[in-house]
Amino acid sequence: MYSPEMQETIVKLLDKREERLKVSFKRITLEEKMPLLNQYHPDYVIGAMREIKVGVNNGGKAPQELVDLLEGHSRINPDKIDLSKIDHDVDVLIIGGGGAGASAALLAQEQGVNVLLVTKLRLGDANTVGAQAGTQAADRAEDSPAIHYLDTMGGGGFTNVPALVEALTTDGPGAIKWLEDLGVMWDKEPDGKMHELSGGGASRRRLHSCRDYTGLEEMRVLRDELRNRQINYLEFEPAIELILDDKGQAAGAILMNLETKEIAIVKAKAVVMATGGGGRLHYQGYPTTNHYGATADGLVMAYRAGAKLIYVDTMQYHPTGVAYPPQIIGQLVSEKVRTLGAQLVNRDGDRFIHHLETRDVVASAIIRECRSGRGITTPTGQPGVWLDSPMIEILRGKGTILKEIPAMFRQFMRYGIDMSKDPILVYPTLHYQNGGILISPDATTTVPGLFAAGEVEGGVHGRNRLIGNSTLDIFVFGRRAGVAAGQYAKRAKPGKLSLNHVRKWEAELKKAGLETRPVSPILLPNYTHHENPVGLGVGIVPDLGRE
Amino acid sequence: MKDVVKEQKKNQKMVDVYIMGKRYKVPEGLTIMQALEYAGYQMIRGAGCRAGFCGACATVFQIKSNPQLQFDLACQTEVQQDMYLTQIPFFPAQKTIYNINDVKPTGEDIIKAYPDIVKCFGCNTCTKTCPQDLEVMWFMSDALRGDVSAAAYKSFDCVMCGLCAARCPQGLVPYNVGMLARRLRGKYIAPRSKHLEERLVEIKAGKHNAEMEKLKKMSKEEITKKYISRDIEPES
Repeated sequence: MYSPEMQETIVKLLDKREERLKVSFKRITLEEKMPLLNQYHPDYVIGAMREIKVGVNNGGKAPQELVDLLEGHSRINPDKIDLSKIDHDVDVLIIGGGGAGASAALLAQEQGVNVLLVTKLRLGDANTVGAQAGTQAADRAEDSPAIHYLDTMGGGGFTNVPALVEALTTDGPGAIKWLEDLGVMWDKEPDGKMHELSGGGASRRRLHSCRDYTGLEEMRVLRDELRNRQINYLEFEPAIELILDDKGQAAGAILMNLETKEIAIVKAKAVVMATGGGGRLHYQGYPTTNHYGATADGLVMAYRAGAKLIYVDTMQYHPTGVAYPPQIIGQLVSEKVRTLGAQLVNRDGDRFIHHLETRDVVASAIIRECRSGRGITTPTGQPGVWLDSPMIEILRGKGTILKEIPAMFRQFMRYGIDMSKDPILVYPTLHYQNGGILISPDATTTVPGLFAAGEVEGGVHGRNRLIGNSTLDIFVFGRRAGVAAGQYAKRAKPGKLSLNHVRKWEAELKKAGLETRPVSPILLPNYTHHENPVGLGVGIVPDLGRE
Repeated sequence: MKDVVKEQKKNQKMVDVYIMGKRYKVPEGLTIMQALEYAGYQMIRGAGCRAGFCGACATVFQIKSNPQLQFDLACQTEVQQDMYLTQIPFFPAQKTIYNINDVKPTGEDIIKAYPDIVKCFGCNTCTKTCPQDLEVMWFMSDALRGDVSAAAYKSFDCVMCGLCAARCPQGLVPYNVGMLARRLRGKYIAPRSKHLEERLVEIKAGKHNAEMEKLKKMSKEEITKKYISRDIEPES
């Protein structure tokens, strides 16, 4: 299982466990936070970001890999597309089949309009299903939407858009109720009280969970409901470009059948972008927790159509990605492991950060330990720190791990690691796009007729998202987008379909000397090279730090 | 770090796998999904979350020395020497359309939605096939008996990969039956959360608006001060 060198460090971890259980660890102060992030958070690595040279955010920054695509060429030649041949004529087009897209589809349909949802992979193949720890919502007497607001603003470094955080936290309890009425099985006490845990950066226990399959349970229910309501959806048929009309309003999209490469034209009165994030772009070579289709397509298409982006220069690196075994490097170790009490420990068996700090802080502290020679190195050269998971059952009783985090237990048992007996090795992994398409509280973007919900939008979380606010985001803004798009479609005055924005874009690229940019959106990552299969670990340099 | 990688590549042991009958040499230690990609397949079907949650990568395999078919998730299973691989990219399983507001949490209503479940003859192939090691046949019999909660809990860790339905000789769809049982449990049987209902009434009445407005109007300095001094509830 673990190499002899790794096991030596476990001896130290065991030696100091009893003491660690007794002594509480000081929380970080705001004065200590900024220097830590500056020195160790991947967002601050020199050379990781560069300026965007075209479009609305001209002069703003984003990761190199993302800028390449934001500045990319369209997949289509507007002169070869016949916009008079409409394949699907609908009121509301929803692009993306995760939690946000599904929520938007259900609510849009309730507005009495004709809805079509299109998605790149299967309905439900999205980061939603990988969300494990839970969904935040302030529904306990000890808590309030205002306290949730304060935690969220603080987690985001007070950069969040206040009106969006107000919407998020005020709608939270209603989203939980909506999901329960659809049949989501929330973890509860026998008297009906929600079983709620705390999380990094949260001052109250407000994580609603479904064991550690929270996002999966939420998505399964929404998908089943979407099918029951017979909402039309197309799978393996991603949008590759938005269509506007001659008034500059969003008016549909061009789809591409992923298998046959056939093109289809959708005409719509309103469009909801719900394509999620871009972890599969592997910023700075990081492995990712993201699903296979997370390639920032929505950002690319919306940006080309003129939508303003916000905070696309900040990504969330989840502090605890798997660092061992190599087969599953970068996969998520749920934050729930820490909310249940597991502490982070370096090679000397010492704590180095409070385990429930915000994710940006914890990730930076882990990187600091590893760079300072206090990490543990695996036989493949991957650094990491111990997450002392057996503490969970010392604190909360035998059987807690199987009951609360069966997915995590299963993931490690497949490789012979029993996390209830032995600690697990973790290192930060690319997890979430903190920013995205700028929205208003009603999910409108800066392009009329274009709405956005979920990970693809930005402003809600500022520069760092809290645990459990991502799944809340997809339901709150997915629902808001569905309602707003449905109502908008009813009063929309569509003009003539046009791809002039694509022509204009290509001209801008030429003017800026960017003709050599790749074609985007890329739709799928390419792991077929024979040298470095991403995910094994050998092809990935986990940390392109400053050294 | 680079030297370690180079050294590792030099010593990389390779194994033979057969993808739809054709032999490829791939590094030992890859998952089935990584092996398919290493061999040069760009996945379109059969890859989703890549972390064991979405059920997109249901895989059938056989080891040369053992004629028994085996089943698992491609993203969570390591390749072995002489492994024959194929994926199940799509299986047209039956899904009954229902209105959750009209279904009662009873065995009768589950049978009404999925009448074929009475045809189960207990071969237990579904259980043996499940990559999540769920007691599939047992939750099917719970559903049949009307123990909706038992069916819901026993099927809870289902990733909806569909292997159970693909293998059932009677054409049953255990993963969709579990889905219905869970929704019925969540909606009708789970005890109500009084605190949630109360909070919703408060929000509707605008009870929290004033405090929210106050926070929204604060300068960065003011809200920072408020944040630092907020009390943090114990973890449990």
